[in-house]
Amino acid sequence: MLDNHAKLVQFFSVAESVTGRKKLQKMIYILQKCNIPFEEKYNFHFYGPYSEELTLRIEELCNLGFLNEVKEDKSNYYQYNYRITSDGKDFLQQFGLDMPDYQIKVDKLKSRSSRFLELVATMFYFDDLPMEETIEKVRTVKAKQKYSDEEIQDAIQFINELKDPVTQ
Amino acid sequence: MAYKDQKLSEEKVFKDPVHRYVHVRDRVIWDLIAAPEFQRLRRIKQLGTTNLTFHGAEHSRFNHSLGVYEIVRRIISNFENRPHWNNEERLLCLCAALLHDLGHGPFSHSFEKVFKLDHEYFTQQIIIGDTKINNILEKVSPGFSQKVADVIAKTYKDKLVVSLISSQIDADRMDYLQRDAYYTGVSYGHFDMERILRVMRPMEDQVVIKSTGMHAVEDYIMSRYQMYWQVYFHPVTRSAEVILSKILHRAKELYESDDFIFKLKPTHFISFFEGKVKLEEYLKLDESIVHYYFQLWQEEQDDILRDLCERFMNRRLFKYVEFNPNLQMKQWMELYQLFQDAGIHPEYYLVVDSSSDLPYDFYRPGEEEERLPIHLVMPDNSLKELSRHSDIVEAISGKKRTDHKLYFPKDRLDAVEDEQLKHRIIEILYGQGEVKDVR
Repeated sequence: MLDNHAKLVQFFSVAESVTGRKKLQKMIYILQKCNIPFEEKYNFHFYGPYSEELTLRIEELCNLGFLNEVKEDKSNYYQYNYRITSDGKDFLQQFGLDMPDYQIKVDKLKSRSSRFLELVATMFYFDDLPMEETIEKVRTVKAKQKYSDEEIQDAIQFINELKDPVTQ
Repeated sequence: MAYKDQKLSEEKVFKDPVHRYVHVRDRVIWDLIAAPEFQRLRRIKQLGTTNLTFHGAEHSRFNHSLGVYEIVRRIISNFENRPHWNNEERLLCLCAALLHDLGHGPFSHSFEKVFKLDHEYFTQQIIIGDTKINNILEKVSPGFSQKVADVIAKTYKDKLVVSLISSQIDADRMDYLQRDAYYTGVSYGHFDMERILRVMRPMEDQVVIKSTGMHAVEDYIMSRYQMYWQVYFHPVTRSAEVILSKILHRAKELYESDDFIFKLKPTHFISFFEGKVKLEEYLKLDESIVHYYFQLWQEEQDDILRDLCERFMNRRLFKYVEFNPNLQMKQWMELYQLFQDAGIHPEYYLVVDSSSDLPYDFYRPGEEEERLPIHLVMPDNSLKELSRHSDIVEAISGKKRTDHKLYFPKDRLDAVEDEQLKHRIIEILYGQGEVKDVR
C-alpha cells in the first residue's frame, strides 16, 4: 500500500531538498537506471525522459502534507523547490521501508545542473544502443541544446562513476 | 507509381459517429488498416472496465486509432503551403497517427501494472518486428518503419511531426476526449475541434495556437478537466480495475505455487506469468480470451480466484471510502490485521487506489522546460504559455487534483460472525468517511 509514495518520501529524506521539477524528474529516472527500485513509468518527452506518474505522485505527496512545495516566479517560468515535512518523516517511520543506500548517488546528482542531468538521462534512455549510436541519437533528439563534445564526455564519465560500485 | 504515392481509385470512407467520416485515399493507409495486427484493435476496448460504469463505453482502440488518423489528416491538409511544414512528412504523420496505439493489450493498464509490461514497447515491436504492418511500411521505403516507430516514441528528429501525435494538445487527446464523451453519454468532453484545427499553426519544432483561438483551447482544457473527474477517475471503474488487477495477481501466484493445478492450463497467460512475453503471444491475447479464462476461473478450486472472477464477471464490485494516508497510517496496520483475523485476505480485499495510479493526466504548464506546454502565438509572433494568458486555465492549473480511495468487499464484512471484530473494522472504515455503494 502506497509503497511507491513511501519510496519518494524516503528519497527526499536522503536528498533533503530538490530545486526544479525537471531536475527531480531526471534524478529519479537516473536512479531508476542505477537499479534503485523506483517504479514510476517514464516515456520520452520533448525534454527527455519524463514521468507523468511521478508528477502526479509528487502532487499527491504535497497535498497529503508529506512534502512542502515552494513556488518561485522566474518571469518566463516557475521554479519549484521540494523538501520533506515532519508529517512526511512520521509517515516514513511508520512505513518501515527497505531501500538500498544511495546517498552518494543523490549527492552527485544534486551537484549537477538540470541541463547536464537532461543529457545524462537521455543517454541512459538510449543505453541499449552502442555508445557511438547513443551519442548520435542524443545529438538528433537534443539538437537544440547543442551539447558540446566536452559535455558528452563528462556525461559518459559521470555515468561510469554512478554505475561503478567502488567509486560511488 | 511508387507504393508510397499510390492512391485508391476512389476515396474510401468509414462512417464515424464523432468525425462523421474518416477519409482514406492512400493505398498504404488502406493496407495498414487491413493488417491483422491493426484489426486486432477491434477486440480491445478503448476504456477497459469503464463500461461497467457507463454501459455505452464499448468502443474499441480500432475506432480511436481511425479517429486520430482522421484528425491528423485534417490538420495536415490545413498545414499545406504554410511555413515550417514539410509535406514530405505527410505519409509518416498519417501512419504514426494510425498506429500509435497498436501495442495496447486487453485491459492494458492493469496488465502493465501487474506483469510489468509497457504497451509502447509492444507498439515498437509490432512496427519494426516480423509483422504484416512492418512489411507494408518497409514497402514504402527501407527504414520507413523505424521512422514511424521513432515518431511514436517521440524520438524522431522533426519535433513538429512528433507534436502532432503527442503533445498537450494533440490529435490523440482531441479524439479520445470527444469519443469517450460520445460513447459514455456524458455531456462533458465536447469542444470546438474545427475551430482549434483552424487556429493551429506549424512552427519550427511544435504546433502552436493562434492567440485568437485561445477560447476554443480553454474549452478543450476544461472538457479534459471534467472528463478526468467524471469519467476517467470514476470510483466504480476504479473498483473494477482493482478487482481485475487482483485476479491477475492471484492467478500468477497460483501458477507459481507448487501445489495448485488449474483445471484448464492457462496457456495464453503462461508467458505473462513467467515474465517472458514474446510478441506472437502478446498479439494472441485479447479481451475475449481474458473473459474466457475469467469465466472458467469462476469454477476453480481456489476460493480467492473464484470469488474475484465471479465479482468481475457479475459486477459485484468492492465498496470504497475516502482514504487519507496522512491521518490513517497508524490505523492501516490495525485494519490489515483485523482483516486477517476475520479470514479476509487483506492482500486481495483491502486495496488503496490513488489518482496517480490512473493513466490520465491533467493539463500542466511546463515548468522550466520540464515538459512542453501549449503555446499561443501572439500578433507580434512571440510565444506565450497558455496559463500565463488565460485566467480560466490558470485557475484550474493550481487546483487539488488528487485523491486516495480504500476498496473492500462490504458483503464479506457483513458476513463476519465475530461482532466485536466486525464492529472495530467498521469503526475504522467509517472513520474514513461514509461507505459508498458502487451500484
